[in-house]
Amino acid sequence: MTTAASSTSSAGGTPATENLRFYGVWLIATIALIVLPMVFSSGSSLTSFSLIGIAIVFALSYNILLGQTGLLSFGHAVHYGLGGFAACHMMNAVVSHGWPIPLPFIPLFGGLGGLAFAMVIGWVITKRAGTVFAMISLGIGELVASSSLILRSVFGGEAGITTDRTALPHMFGWTFGPQLQVYYLIAFWLVLAAIAMYALTRTPLGRICNAVRDNPERVQFIGYDPHVVRYIAYCLAGFFAGIAGGLAAINFEIANSAYLGAIQSGLVLFATFIGGTAYFFGPILGAILVTYLQLGLTNLTSVWQLYFGIIFIGIVMFSPGGIAGLLMMHRPLVRAGTLSTVIPSYLVAIVPTAALACGVILVIETIARYSGGDGNPINLFGIAFNPVSPVTWVVAAVLVVVGFFVARLTWRRIAEAWDRAATVARDRGYLA
Amino acid sequence: MSELIVISTLNGVLFGMLLFLLSSGLTVIFSIMGVLNFAHASFYMLGAFFGFQLTKWIGFWPALVLAPLLVGAIGMAVERYGLRNTHKHGHVAELLLTFGLAFAIEEIVSMIWGKSPLDYRVPALLDFPAFTVFSTNYPPYKIFMLAVSIVIFVALLIVLKRTRVGLIVQAALTHPHMVAHLGHNVGQVFMLVFGVGTALAGLAGVIAGPALVTQSDMAASLGPILFVVIVFGGLGSLPGAFIASLAIGLIQTFAVALNGSLASAFGPLDPSTGPSVLSDIWNVTIAQVAPIIPYVLLVLILIVRPMGLMGTRES
Repeated sequence: MTTAASSTSSAGGTPATENLRFYGVWLIATIALIVLPMVFSSGSSLTSFSLIGIAIVFALSYNILLGQTGLLSFGHAVHYGLGGFAACHMMNAVVSHGWPIPLPFIPLFGGLGGLAFAMVIGWVITKRAGTVFAMISLGIGELVASSSLILRSVFGGEAGITTDRTALPHMFGWTFGPQLQVYYLIAFWLVLAAIAMYALTRTPLGRICNAVRDNPERVQFIGYDPHVVRYIAYCLAGFFAGIAGGLAAINFEIANSAYLGAIQSGLVLFATFIGGTAYFFGPILGAILVTYLQLGLTNLTSVWQLYFGIIFIGIVMFSPGGIAGLLMMHRPLVRAGTLSTVIPSYLVAIVPTAALACGVILVIETIARYSGGDGNPINLFGIAFNPVSPVTWVVAAVLVVVGFFVARLTWRRIAEAWDRAATVARDRGYLA
Repeated sequence: MSELIVISTLNGVLFGMLLFLLSSGLTVIFSIMGVLNFAHASFYMLGAFFGFQLTKWIGFWPALVLAPLLVGAIGMAVERYGLRNTHKHGHVAELLLTFGLAFAIEEIVSMIWGKSPLDYRVPALLDFPAFTVFSTNYPPYKIFMLAVSIVIFVALLIVLKRTRVGLIVQAALTHPHMVAHLGHNVGQVFMLVFGVGTALAGLAGVIAGPALVTQSDMAASLGPILFVVIVFGGLGSLPGAFIASLAIGLIQTFAVALNGSLASAFGPLDPSTGPSVLSDIWNVTIAQVAPIIPYVLLVLILIVRPMGLMGTRES
């Protein structure tokens, strides 16, 4: 947790090549965003890319709280939702008053909406950190979500507020009717917000946020008030979450109370934590994965949320650094050239671990379809299983039990191989 | 009016005692282990669903005993195989683990029992009109619920104040490290406390199931209120949790029963102004506001007294 986003600068190499590599990564990412819709140009993939872009901005904003400042919030969607409502109201106002504000500027107003609420509520909520902050953020989330159904004139009740993005003044002749143009708008804001949030991690403010996360008492001794630092971080996170909400409002042309709710707050926590909070690219990975799974799994199974829960529990228990943490663990081994000694044990472990995973999936699907009265066969990698047949139950049980015990042996082998490789890496001076 | 007051007071105390069955376990778990069990309301839900299923198989009375034991066993397994391994990653990781667990339990419950409310009936023995308060029949099942919660409350009090285990638990409330230094098996105390806490939540679920709605979203709707109760009462304070439970139980019950709004008190607004935030607030009834009252109280107490009503510890 302590090396947040600083690994690039502390690593070896001369400053010039280091700079080149750093800007290269950003340039490649930007070019990839531009080229992506040309490679995958179908309507559904454009929609997916747009959703993923919004999720990345949202998850990065959440990581300002969780990863950088150590504040676990269960109500971050409040700012996302209020940003969405602010953007919708702004779009409608622009249309009805005929203001000369084109659509690409709208997410900024979403951000200001998220920021405004964060500034109002933030001072109370950031008084305490840790568990108490988590509980209060949950309470605030519930408060806003429930209030949104009472204040009908602002939030539009159950139906929400609708808007029309094409009615706004055009810019460079773009109407923003087609999804492709919306995608580029989202990609533009994604790059802008990502650069801003990355820059934030490198400022003294970003560093003092890390200090507040790690040791608030010492921060007090060097003359900063942790409460103020937490408040500023909370406001900035609210601002960027509002931008994400504004982008979502543009994308869907609607804002409703589901934007603000506990489910949205939970999803962004899942995405950020699964991706990994200690590295800047962690939430990006997490947002891509979670959105992709969400879109992909809903078609395949009725209990996709359960898989999310299981993946999340697995990450919390076995890899609290998330996917990014797992990947970056291998960095010193790659540099020391000892990665090749670990890989065979990985390959051996894949088979029983995959068998265990298949067994768990089979058990879940069997229960879900058996009790749901759904007689459809379970299609697992092309093999059909009948959920009411005892054969399926036996296969599932064998896969789970045998898979678990064999997998545990192979995991132990990985640990041993890892220890050996890490020792060599340490001897060569690549691992502290 | 007096009828409303009597009935609402009874119902409010009942809801408050039910909240205390949950919040007492949550408070003790938090004080001793430092873990805020996000899944506590999920164990309550498991209690209700196990109670329903066991009632169908073996009848209500055996279910009343078995279901909480089952829930407690699951709780102990969660502590032993989940939380104990996560402990080294810190309290945030533990909180996240219970968060994931709450999510998974809700999904599993709705996967097995479906998303619609279950037909979890009051046992036949208690299904008759007990007595009439003014013109309302008061069901004996509610009296039974009240009795069970009071018995548990008294039992908890005796165990905490009069037994050796209670002494250790009390000591661990304020000086967790000292208790460990004195050579008590902290791991075992943790597991026991977690098991008993979740079993109490399960018991609350079994008895609340027939009276309230047994549905897969019952944990998600009660959980946030539970956290309000323990933050409001002061984290780690049992008397605080008791007072906060009763207060929030009574406030919510009375709010739901009252139908007044600012419009009915001061007359309607000028209709020519059209819909606005002001008219929304003016016309909303107290009953409609009831769900948000606990959260408003939470914000107020944090402004006035950040450590909660009876809290002494800062975090």
